[in-house]
Amino acid sequence: MVKSHALRLWLAQRITGALMAIYALMVGSVLYVQHPTEYGTWKALFSTGWMRAATLVFVLSLVWHAWLGMHDILIDYVKPALAHRILKNLVVLSLAVYAVWSMRILWSI
Amino acid sequence: MRLSIYRFNPETDAEPYMQDYDVALEPGDKMLLDVLLRIKDLDDTLSMRKSCREGVCGSDAMNINGKNGLACITKLTDLKEPVVVRPLPGLPVVRDLVVDMTQFFKQYHSVKPYLVNDEPPPATERLQSPEDREKLDGLYECVLCGACTTSCPSFWWNPDKFVGPAGLLQAYRFIADSRDQATDERLDNLEDPYRLYKCHNIMNCVDVCPKGLSPSKAIGKIKELKLKRLTK
Repeated sequence: MVKSHALRLWLAQRITGALMAIYALMVGSVLYVQHPTEYGTWKALFSTGWMRAATLVFVLSLVWHAWLGMHDILIDYVKPALAHRILKNLVVLSLAVYAVWSMRILWSI
Repeated sequence: MRLSIYRFNPETDAEPYMQDYDVALEPGDKMLLDVLLRIKDLDDTLSMRKSCREGVCGSDAMNINGKNGLACITKLTDLKEPVVVRPLPGLPVVRDLVVDMTQFFKQYHSVKPYLVNDEPPPATERLQSPEDREKLDGLYECVLCGACTTSCPSFWWNPDKFVGPAGLLQAYRFIADSRDQATDERLDNLEDPYRLYKCHNIMNCVDVCPKGLSPSKAIGKIKELKLKRLTK
């Protein structure tokens, strides 16, 4: 529904923010309890299915959240159309690269 | 008391400048407006707006030591010297401390700040329950001084598109009114990426409001209502 587009964007920013907060709390508690001090323990932790799934959700939330924020900043501060478009594409490109890169790291361990 | 006041007369000055004044206080001088009026007695070229001198008309909003407020209810004892007085930021200066508030009122009018009710008017008045009336507390007290809107960075960047905290507080004042029948239209009226959603909860508005109101809270309520409507 086009009518509530702005509301949906605002909602998406809130939901992705909440997901990141939940992930941070979750990983924080796991690290506090397990106290991984060597590579083996870290690897074991991030090799589990649920941790990979949660990290995937986190990375996607982060990328989406960052896109919404950057989009707002560009609207406010970069008025010339060409510069706006170039920077917007650069942001999309770098966020996509970061997402793919994170996935590769996550699935290579 | 030492003050440094923004001066600009577009007819004679190429650029704005700050002018220093030293004023001997009288026992009756309590508020900043008292001192500004004393300066005006000495230098009648200084321009400013003022009227009720008790925080009700909202005319003498200005930037005082970096923070927007009403000169008439800003206590001298709370001010660090030299007191730096500038016009409200983000609006064109007409002269000295007088700004052109056209854009501010354009946004205010865009939210239809009046009751919309198509039912035939009753013989007396449209009654409200005490509970419904209570919902307007913290909203109706706004004096439209513009201190909040002109302290809002979102308004500085998009004054033509973002309604601003004062306008949005008024929008919610009518949405929350049990006698108003145009809630849906009012919510639709705030649906583009700018009018409402350019508020990023910076909360300068809450910090400066001389009446102690919270436009941020009202904006949050509007977003909440829009969300409820979406999930209905």
